[in-house]
Amino acid sequence: MTTVRDASPVTTTSAPGTSDSGEGLPPSPGFLVAEGRRGRGIGWGARLELGLLIGPALIVFVAFVIYPVIMAAYYGFFSWKGFGPPTKFVGLRNYVTILTDPDFHEALTHNAFIVVMSLLIQGPIAIGLALLLNRKLRFRSLLRVLIFVPFVISEVVVGIGWSLMLQTDGALNGLLNKVGLGALGSEWLSNPSIAIWTLMIIITWKYIGFAVILFLAGLQGVPTELSEAASIDGASYWQVQRYIVLPLLGPTIRIWAFLSIIGSLQLFDLVWIIWGQYISSTAGTSTMATYMVSNGRNAGSYGYGSAVAVVMFFISFFVAILYQRFVLRRDTAGAITQGGS
Amino acid sequence: MATAVAPRPATAHPSPPGSGRSRTMFTYFVALLLVGLMLAPIAYIIVGGFRSNSEITVDPAGLPTTWHWENYADVLTSPVFWRQVLNSTFTAIATTVFVVILGLMAAYGLSRYAFRGRGAIFAVFTAGLMFPMTVAITPLYILVRDLGLANSLFGVIVPQIAFGLPITIIILVPFLAAIPNELQEAASIDGCSRLGFFWRMVLPLSIPGVITVGILAFISSWNSYILPLFLLNDEATFTLPLGTQAFASRYAVDTARVLAFTSLSMIPALVFFSVFERRIVGGLTGAVKG
Repeated sequence: MTTVRDASPVTTTSAPGTSDSGEGLPPSPGFLVAEGRRGRGIGWGARLELGLLIGPALIVFVAFVIYPVIMAAYYGFFSWKGFGPPTKFVGLRNYVTILTDPDFHEALTHNAFIVVMSLLIQGPIAIGLALLLNRKLRFRSLLRVLIFVPFVISEVVVGIGWSLMLQTDGALNGLLNKVGLGALGSEWLSNPSIAIWTLMIIITWKYIGFAVILFLAGLQGVPTELSEAASIDGASYWQVQRYIVLPLLGPTIRIWAFLSIIGSLQLFDLVWIIWGQYISSTAGTSTMATYMVSNGRNAGSYGYGSAVAVVMFFISFFVAILYQRFVLRRDTAGAITQGGS
Repeated sequence: MATAVAPRPATAHPSPPGSGRSRTMFTYFVALLLVGLMLAPIAYIIVGGFRSNSEITVDPAGLPTTWHWENYADVLTSPVFWRQVLNSTFTAIATTVFVVILGLMAAYGLSRYAFRGRGAIFAVFTAGLMFPMTVAITPLYILVRDLGLANSLFGVIVPQIAFGLPITIIILVPFLAAIPNELQEAASIDGCSRLGFFWRMVLPLSIPGVITVGILAFISSWNSYILPLFLLNDEATFTLPLGTQAFASRYAVDTARVLAFTSLSMIPALVFFSVFERRIVGGLTGAVKG
């Protein structure tokens, strides 16, 4: 009884999958707790146990996740070098500066480009690969492992390896020279009209394994009887994929797209490692996060950096809410938070 | 299983069009291409570590003419590398242990007790997925510094635990909720308290879920970059990602040694992954399938 009353207002929160009527949270076995006669509240013993069980996690989480995010909003109103309490209140000036700074606009454009291109490039390729790897194939499990390898390797390794490979006198241009295609050689990392595409290739290489694994997992949930029945009725392989498998894969695709969008908006590591703070803006690969670090901490302006974080947060939050309202809403049950068996 | 009506023997999934032979050829061609593209950059890093710098300069895309083990030997005998391995290992193990313990306790409370605010607390944790570390990093740095934990591995570990909790709890709650009530009834009839039940029944039964979240926590800690970048300035405290980057910029001219260092630094994650690959994929499958 208590659970029912509690679940509904809470789950309007933004997290994906907790959308309606508390479906993200499985009902707890009510009998476990000796509920009071009046049907509300639980015994002191159980309360103590709960405090001991949930308390530590909640304290750590609030102190090191929620509190810093709130403090970012507070620091954002100050001009502050990061030492002593912030005293120089500047109101909305940091925000005005950010929103009128052409460098920030540029970074935001790059983020938007990365969001869109990640979806357009990784989505179709990953779906194709998942369909391919879902078929009976020799070495299938080996292939599944190999495609996941780049995802497991750290961004630093990926960044260093790729930047050495893509240098002007690096392995890629060397290889092109060798096979007689030297004319295709290029300044992959420093030419502003190419660099962002180079970044897209590296992102695709690094993260496509994650998409493929998610889609493969989603495909496990597509009953084979359906496609069998359709093919007996004369549907071709492609018709079966298009009209049966893809629609059933929809919820997984939408969850992946959500994670991909949020990840693209927060992109930092790869750009920072490959291009560093100065080159990323001239090469045209800066992102909001690299802008935040260059102009915040590295410039000693902690107030300004915090304000950039707040802007980033609101942009991500706004996108997430829109996405949840218009895309995820279709899925009755949130796929991610459903979890388990 | 095969139906008599079907024109060809029914396989689990309908096959794409085209004659059998060319179809199979095509599939394997795509698969081979895929493997090549996925592994080429990794092979470049590993093989490059066996070459000499002059070879790399003359022919950046070639194979080693003689295999130079000394690049790897140099790295493996340098105390700096091992100190970073140790720092990364300590950080990853501490993060994993505490994420799992705190996450399991909270998930147990959230999944097997009925109380007011249960949904609210769960929602707070799931909302954590919306706050990637990038957004909180500046104030997080200030907070950790004010706690006196800058340049200390604990300053990295504690925030990593906090940011690891949401996904841990989201994966574990349904896992624990799936443990049948009858088990608990039986246990309580036998005089087992709720906490006793947690130790004796829940813990052993939730091992598969625990392994999944443990692996996720370990790998993300092992690869973590932005937090150590902000918090660790003293080279003695560098974790492998920071150390690899520092090495790469310090010895930028010594490409071969950088490649050797880089390939050695990715080995632990690769080994860990290949050992637990099934678990990771299985865990994600569970989380997505619903």
